[in-house]
Amino acid sequence: MPLDEGTPLFVQIAEQLADDIVDGVLAEGARAPSTNELAAFYRINPATAAKGINLLVDEAVLEKRRGIGMFVAAGAREQLRAGRRKRFAEQYLDPMLAEAKRLGIDTDTLVSLIQGSGWQNGGDTP
Amino acid sequence: MTPVISATALGRRYRDQAALEDVSLAVEPGTVTGLLGRNGAGKTTLMRIVAGQEFPTSGTIRVFGEAPAENEAVLRRMVFVREEQSYPDFRVSNAIEVASWFYPNWDRELAQQLLADFDIPPQRRIRKLSRGMRSAVGIVIGLAARAELTVFDEPYAGLDAVARQLFYDRLLADFAEHPRTVVLSTHLIDEVADLLEHVVMLDSGRVVLDAPADDVRGTAMTVSGPATAVEEFVAGRAVWHRQRLGARASVTVAGPLDFAAQARARALHLSLEPLSLQQLLVHASGNSADEKVSA
Repeated sequence: MPLDEGTPLFVQIAEQLADDIVDGVLAEGARAPSTNELAAFYRINPATAAKGINLLVDEAVLEKRRGIGMFVAAGAREQLRAGRRKRFAEQYLDPMLAEAKRLGIDTDTLVSLIQGSGWQNGGDTP
Repeated sequence: MTPVISATALGRRYRDQAALEDVSLAVEPGTVTGLLGRNGAGKTTLMRIVAGQEFPTSGTIRVFGEAPAENEAVLRRMVFVREEQSYPDFRVSNAIEVASWFYPNWDRELAQQLLADFDIPPQRRIRKLSRGMRSAVGIVIGLAARAELTVFDEPYAGLDAVARQLFYDRLLADFAEHPRTVVLSTHLIDEVADLLEHVVMLDSGRVVLDAPADDVRGTAMTVSGPATAVEEFVAGRAVWHRQRLGARASVTVAGPLDFAAQARARALHLSLEPLSLQQLLVHASGNSADEKVSA
């Protein structure tokens, strides 16, 4: 992953793990990568990787099983999806609308662009 | 926790030249600390004092709570790999053997593995090795010593990018398995930035930055876009640097920018780019070429 300079590294690590959980790459109940595995993979300090994992433990997305490691909690995927839906407008819609305004694209045109993009309502919502 | 290294008001003068001035810092156990700075900033002098190879002219240095100079008990718990380390005229295998006698936690297997990784022929005389290979011998000793305090002072003269990456990877892997205190002095800052937990920056013998690496990210941001919008946005902020190209401006301000400020920047069509550790050093060194740091 191209680590981005602005966001603290541990936040980026947490976001990457969260992405994997949302995408189902990391299933609920599966073992999450260990601190050392993350450190080696992303070439970062293990303490930074641990901070990223702890962020998800605090949100109850990961749970610690003593002596075995970290596991994806039951319900973690839906919890993350709900959180991201709440932030969807400000993260994706607002910048798009700002750019549309800049380019003089009106609402009708935007709507027809979305409709013409082949986007299917609903996606893979369970 | 007791710091592994603690320096208090450390100073070192050579005749009328101050190599270190009023340096105070603490290196916590189990961390990887980057000692950063330009060539001549005082990094090597500080490392040599830590390793007991040089005396401060003022202030105090403590390593594992004791003065390091001529202190066998402290020195055995520490490995110090210098830039352009010199060796007596013997073979690589002899150098490795001698090191194995000195360091109590020496790992023979790791040493053999690293020699193979770096393609160093053990029977070759060190004198006959290339500069990069000699550096690699230092790295092998530094890692295989598994010393509680591992100090690397620009250990990679002559090593190419591939070999340096190998060094970083092996350092990280072995540190993860066998946590210890590592100090890595370097001017190749962007290469090592992600490995560091703590950052100390020296400039002209003084500490100009001493902070957790996570805090340093986002310390400053470059805001660019239409000049009027940029100026409106940066009003009231501490400006580090200003550049203009026609109607466009690019201004570096002290950060971090909170969420509201970032949203406002987006609304003004401004782009935000955080300064990398390396760029921060350039600014901290007060050497941003065309403009001084100003408030």
